[in-house]
Amino acid sequence: MENDKKPVPTPKNLTDRIWDLFASVKLAVVIFSFIALTSIVGTILEQNAEPEKNIKILVKMFHVSHDTAHSVYGVLERLGFSDMYHAWWFVSLLLLFAANLIICSLDRLPRVWKLVREPIRPMSADLIEKTSIKRSIALKGKPAQAKELVQAALREIGFKPKEAAAEEAAGTQLYAETGNYSRLGVYITHLSILVILAGAIIGLFFGFNAFLNLPEGETSSVAYKDRGKEIPLGFDLRCDNFEVAYYNDSDMPKAYKSWLSVYKNGKKVKEQTIVVNDPLTFEGITFYQSSFGLVPNGQDRGIIILRVKSAAGQSQDIQAKVGDTFTIPGTAVQGRIADFSPALSLDQAGKPFTYDEHLKNPAVFIEFSGTGQTTTGWILKRYPQTWNLPSGDRVEFLDYWGIEYTGMQVRKDPGVGIVYLGCIIMAVGLFMSFFMSHRRIWVSVSEDKGGSKIIVGASAHRNRASFEHKVDKLVAILSAGPKGGNK
Amino acid sequence: MNSSVFFGWSTIAYFLAMILYIGHLAFKNKPVGSAATAVTMGGFAFQTMALLLRWKEFAEIGNMGILRGVPLTNLYESLIFFVWCLILSYLVIEFKYRTKSFGAFITPIAGLVLAFIDISGMSKNIQPLVPALQSNWLLAHVMMSFIAYAMFAVSFSTGLMYLITATDDRKDPAYIFWTVMVSVFVIVLAAMGFDYLTFKLSIKGQEDLIKSYLFRASFRSSSFGVSAMSFAVAAAFTFAVWRFAGGLKKIINSFDISAEILDEITYKSIAMGFPIFTLGGLIFGAIWADQAWGKYWTWDPKETWSLITWFFYAFYLHSRLMRGWKGKKVAMVAVIGFVAVIFTYLGVNLLLSGLHSYGSE
Repeated sequence: MENDKKPVPTPKNLTDRIWDLFASVKLAVVIFSFIALTSIVGTILEQNAEPEKNIKILVKMFHVSHDTAHSVYGVLERLGFSDMYHAWWFVSLLLLFAANLIICSLDRLPRVWKLVREPIRPMSADLIEKTSIKRSIALKGKPAQAKELVQAALREIGFKPKEAAAEEAAGTQLYAETGNYSRLGVYITHLSILVILAGAIIGLFFGFNAFLNLPEGETSSVAYKDRGKEIPLGFDLRCDNFEVAYYNDSDMPKAYKSWLSVYKNGKKVKEQTIVVNDPLTFEGITFYQSSFGLVPNGQDRGIIILRVKSAAGQSQDIQAKVGDTFTIPGTAVQGRIADFSPALSLDQAGKPFTYDEHLKNPAVFIEFSGTGQTTTGWILKRYPQTWNLPSGDRVEFLDYWGIEYTGMQVRKDPGVGIVYLGCIIMAVGLFMSFFMSHRRIWVSVSEDKGGSKIIVGASAHRNRASFEHKVDKLVAILSAGPKGGNK
Repeated sequence: MNSSVFFGWSTIAYFLAMILYIGHLAFKNKPVGSAATAVTMGGFAFQTMALLLRWKEFAEIGNMGILRGVPLTNLYESLIFFVWCLILSYLVIEFKYRTKSFGAFITPIAGLVLAFIDISGMSKNIQPLVPALQSNWLLAHVMMSFIAYAMFAVSFSTGLMYLITATDDRKDPAYIFWTVMVSVFVIVLAAMGFDYLTFKLSIKGQEDLIKSYLFRASFRSSSFGVSAMSFAVAAAFTFAVWRFAGGLKKIINSFDISAEILDEITYKSIAMGFPIFTLGGLIFGAIWADQAWGKYWTWDPKETWSLITWFFYAFYLHSRLMRGWKGKKVAMVAVIGFVAVIFTYLGVNLLLSGLHSYGSE
């Protein structure tokens, strides 16, 4: 740049200085480091946990006395580390990071944009000499013929050549570029981070995270936030049923399933089974399967559901409680439900016992009478082979219903679509930044000793080696000449 | 034939390859080099076979279908897959750059990981998928994360080798950096070895070994003497490495590999690993979390550490591409970045608690 035209730099005012500060990579590094370092503390201390738990972690990690850990934790808690990702200073760091990203992109973008918009121009012979990839070949045909050959070859390797008269010598120059916009990839990536942050902020202000523990058979029109604050759903949600499925004979859970129904103004409008990884969404609110448990003091809520089939094929569904009696339809056989176990197992002596309060292996003990002799036996929900009676009748244990609740995460987040959009933009930006490159090629064609002389110059701003292969391919096509060989 | 047989053969092959590569480096004998490559490729073929078989066995047990029943659900399976990615990256580099010098550095990593699996006695059993992992995202998320980890592992070893070749002066911060780094690695491994040797088998599994017993035999010993002694030995060892590590440089300088190529491979593996990590690790992870937990980002330790790792490599790329840093400075960033990777991968699961709890079973 010519110096004489440049004005004497005036002392920068405050705005400029702040701009420069935010446009600097240095600030980015400082913010990065602060976010990273404080995050590390946040991963060691369990967030939103009981103080005692974290004090124990500190004692274990640093081998200090309980009192020391207690006072260290006190300091950390006052600084907001017990819920640090929502602390004002951490959120400020994230916002600073966003500001830094915006300003440093704005600072550089106009310059890059101008470069990107600038079309490729023909290049003088001595500059072609200076490109990073150079080749030259002699062809036997006339320049006009050679030129056509070069044009075709350039098209074959994916370029759309333009043509210009070469400056010095007689002859022409063909030139072309691809991936011009790949230089914007980094700015697109930066933009995507901002889009994701914007989506997160929208979610923070206009959405909510809550939970809902819903017992089987019950309906709720609200969900609950952390401190028990109610959030109206705008519709009613009923848990029709909840069940844990297990792998074969083990107690290893295979699926947690909730059968849910949505009611609006008393009418059922939606019915869906949810499992982990497959939630229910209604009017922007999503319900995720997240936990389950037993309704406290819910013993008297439980209903045993049996399907009783006679040997003759008559069938009847029965809802009963312990102590109730039922009849197998069309026969005189009576069954009395004498006992129930949520999780039945046999001890070493073969005596049955209950090994868990959860419904891991529900079983009912039934006494059958009415045909003269009395038979008794355990009928297990998970084992259909226990459902057949010696008489040929059958008692299917369908469910023990009403004492479990399903625990759901309830979420409304209008920003999540924007976050996803940001993710897509990020993928595009990264692809452009890392897997595309701005490639330029100049080919000058001139007459030489009755044939043509071809000089190729090319450059790529990234991944030069693979472009070099392409240029070699071009050379190979040219040397092979027009269809049928070079003559 | 079941997968464990093939895994056994591949382990043997990698150990053999390690010896051959080191032999090749020492004696510059061409047939030894060719044999090393052949054995590595054989081991790789066995391992590929083993992975496919295990995948089939796994999918059948859970009755999940091939796309969902991906055997990448516990520490053992993930380490095996990591080794597979690492060997694959290595073979690509060997053919692309026509150098075998690296083999002597990469195959020991593979060998160490496989040995770690065996001595730690971690469970190799196939366990059916817990409900949280039953998602189509498992395949994309975990696989891409591990491909990226393997890329970062390559950049770590080339970065370290670069530092070794590029530094002379004992007062050079880069020299101090790499000698301390190498010392810390050796010391940590040795201390864990002691833990393992003194660890009473009565305490349950390897999880407990690392979770409650880490460094108990050395630095965190209840006896002050042992603990002080450990620190003294560690300091002395670090000093010795710092003082005498010049010899390593001579070894690496005798390789048929130049500092520029080391720098280039470091950059290229990060330039490949970073977008894969961003997409597969962070973005797919976030989408999956959104579907499973209703939150795309929860500041769970694993997520937070992935973000920290991402910051490191973003810093590497910016400092290299924007500020034109080359050589020693960025090589140090690459090395530190991989320390963050190790912590994201292993440290978080073994030392911290959170939602990503594979290996806790």
